[in-house]
Amino acid sequence: MATYDLIVIGGGPAGYVGAIRAAQLGKKVACIENDRAGGTCLNWGCIPTKALLKNAEMYLNLKNKAADFGLSFDNLSYDWSKVIGRSRQVSDKLAGGIEFLFKKNKIDYLRGTAALAGNSPTGSVRIDVAGTDGKSETHEAKNVLLATGCHARDLPFLKFDGKRVIGAREAMLMPEQPKEMLIVGAGAIGIEFAYFYNAYGTKVTIVEMMDHLLPVEDTEVSQTLERAYKKQGINFLTATKTTAAKVTDSGVELTVEPVKGGESKTLHGDVCLVAVGVGAVLPAGCEKLELTDRKFVKTNERYQTNLPGVSAAGDIIGPPWLAHVASFEAIHAVESMFDPKHQSRKVDIFPGCTYCHPEVASVGLTERACKEQGIAVKVGKFPFQASGRALAAGEPEGFVKLIYGEKYGELLGAHIIGAEATELIAEMGLAITLEATYEELENTIHAHPTLSEAIHEATGVAYGRAIHI
Amino acid sequence: MASYLKMPKLSDTMTEGVLAKWLKKEGDPVSIDEDVAEVETDKATMAMQSFDEGILHKIYVKEGESVPLGAHLALILAEGEEPPANADQPPVVATAPAENQDVASMKTTSSTAAIPTPVSVAAVTAPVVAAAAPVSTETTRIKASPLARKLAREHGIDLGQVIGTGPGGRIVKNDVDTAAAAPAGGGGSLGLLPRAQAKANQTIPLSNIRRVIAQRLLESKTTIPHFYLHIEVDTEPLMALREQVNAASVGSGGPKYTVNDFVMRGLVLAIGSVPGVNASFQGDSILQYGEVHLAVAVAIEAGLVTPVIRSAQSKSIRELSEELKALAGKAREKKLTPNEMTGGTITISNLGAYGISHFDAIINPPQAAILSVGTILKQPVVNDQGQIVPGQRMNIGLSGDHRVVDGAVGAQFLSELKRFLETPVLLIS
Repeated sequence: MATYDLIVIGGGPAGYVGAIRAAQLGKKVACIENDRAGGTCLNWGCIPTKALLKNAEMYLNLKNKAADFGLSFDNLSYDWSKVIGRSRQVSDKLAGGIEFLFKKNKIDYLRGTAALAGNSPTGSVRIDVAGTDGKSETHEAKNVLLATGCHARDLPFLKFDGKRVIGAREAMLMPEQPKEMLIVGAGAIGIEFAYFYNAYGTKVTIVEMMDHLLPVEDTEVSQTLERAYKKQGINFLTATKTTAAKVTDSGVELTVEPVKGGESKTLHGDVCLVAVGVGAVLPAGCEKLELTDRKFVKTNERYQTNLPGVSAAGDIIGPPWLAHVASFEAIHAVESMFDPKHQSRKVDIFPGCTYCHPEVASVGLTERACKEQGIAVKVGKFPFQASGRALAAGEPEGFVKLIYGEKYGELLGAHIIGAEATELIAEMGLAITLEATYEELENTIHAHPTLSEAIHEATGVAYGRAIHI
Repeated sequence: MASYLKMPKLSDTMTEGVLAKWLKKEGDPVSIDEDVAEVETDKATMAMQSFDEGILHKIYVKEGESVPLGAHLALILAEGEEPPANADQPPVVATAPAENQDVASMKTTSSTAAIPTPVSVAAVTAPVVAAAAPVSTETTRIKASPLARKLAREHGIDLGQVIGTGPGGRIVKNDVDTAAAAPAGGGGSLGLLPRAQAKANQTIPLSNIRRVIAQRLLESKTTIPHFYLHIEVDTEPLMALREQVNAASVGSGGPKYTVNDFVMRGLVLAIGSVPGVNASFQGDSILQYGEVHLAVAVAIEAGLVTPVIRSAQSKSIRELSEELKALAGKAREKKLTPNEMTGGTITISNLGAYGISHFDAIINPPQAAILSVGTILKQPVVNDQGQIVPGQRMNIGLSGDHRVVDGAVGAQFLSELKRFLETPVLLIS
């Protein structure tokens, strides 16, 4: 048995980041992981999918755009197993990197499954660890950070079977490329896999209950994405619900009907990817842990749960389920543990990115949300069609849309669809954190020619001073 | 031969000194050991004597000016000696001062080798050095977001008065909103009494002594794990004895003993039984002192000083009483020498004279304990027969450094002290 200042359960973007920060504060730390360091993000989420999407983009560019750039070749082909293999290699490399970071920061990395085992007489939290090597141990820590993340949720009539009805994890490992794929849910995961499989010629159909693809994004962004997807040949049924499913050896049949009522119809696919959301993974011994009504772990402003000495961060405490949010939460959770004066912050402003093509990225409020909250705004929108850099790169799709408060001109939200949108959004996040107003944006010289000029120009549009439109 | 008068090191923690007053002017003759100036150190104001004799030829440092140790204060020439070519300017000090070459010294320069160096030297030095660095005259930049600035302008809020909660203490929108929502000053008045006139805020510059108090006590309170114990002492026997002793003593021309004198003696005796409180935390060890050098907190106009009664364990109540009177007198006249203010192993602070019933004192590092003595209160007490009768009680507190003194040790010490004070004949025997 060992005694720690902090035991982190889970080695994902919340867990490993929290462990490293605590080690930086001079604490004795252990991190327990039952799969592989890096969590969903690095092993089964963000990173391997970005590798797949890059493959898809390259393939599509060669297939569709090469001629525009004066390239020609015969017999363009691909090796599916190498497409999948490259994605796994990237994950393997990064997972090893995290184990190195644990060593560098003198964090005990324990491979196994953890369970909360009550408190010691001194008030420390006991953790049972069933090691992957078969050995069982109990450790004690003054503080525990729960960072066990989430698993994909399925539907009552559409249960995961790992073969025909699959989640994201199986979707990135498909040994053979499906001919027809059904995707339930048009959030980031559904949209990214739709782009990927469609690029390689799978016939993809997305079913979404809400009115638009990427329903949390600004409506104009969703509409632009819908046009782009239509052009790429991706089918989608929005405002449509799935009511029944039939799974056979040869595939899946979904019965769908419009949400508002109307004629139902049947869709067929070799596989059906269910991407409708996630549920918290709770370690054993969490029976007394207080949960929210959506069954995520309830935490206060300092990320403490109702159990003494037990904090939680990351996907397990509820939306938004994003790696960068999880890391932020873990840092605040750990600093709150060890520094009573730490001003802890819950997440309110965060960037959200979808890596389809065109990319979608946003931070802050949508125009729709401002309207709902009764905030008077000034909106500026600048299309990449008018950007020299975008045209030179052959990426004229999309726009930058900025939302400023009418009275004080503070940046409230930024919505970008187009090439490199996920990189451009960083400046907007900083601007909102710094509570910048349009004057700061306008008075910042943006390099020419870059895509970021569109941000400058969108600000100009909002205040009637744009030059290039 | 020409020699320079330099800022001497007058206390362990001193890194600079203020030339408070020149007692000689240019052209005056000075002799060895004669007072030439008054210097304010971090602890007190002291007279500075000359090491050489001759004529005070040139003064380099004006009254009120603060200069680092070893800085040239004045040039002394032998009678009839021609001034050197550069006599109008002090030579540039190249390196740290060599104390032994100073031409001035304090009257009391006896060795302090046996006295532990306060651990706070480094901590005290840092801010003083920082203060000596050139001070920017620019007004402090207020960190506030552009939105917060706009909002503040609109609401007429002075951002200088707003506490920022953003990253790095930056003032953000929320902070201005909070400030704007706060009620605008002052509640209602009963209208019975004329209200006091508003006075302008006053900025009082820190004296050296105040700066050291601030630094040392902050360091003590933030780095020493303080714990506090209190005990009630029945002072009836003590007061009766004191009356007899004083009657006899004053009659024969002796001193009049204060309650504090008895407590000091009791403290020394209690340390004899529980020596663990007379100690100091040394990082990797605890130093338990063989002698009791008793520091006594004395309030003076400029702040607080703690003159030390050396080897208090071997002194009678009369010696303790007389020595404290002498030290307190010197403290008030700012005549304490550094040696008289350093090397204490435990401190006693008594606020009984102000009617304070009980309080918790902050430990005087590197010591591990301080005694806080309250006033004697007449109060109803329950006697051995279970009756409520008028009685007298004095509250004595102990603030202990838990790294050195555990609760039980502190408690044993206080209960020993109580035993001595309630059997006061032990104090005068």
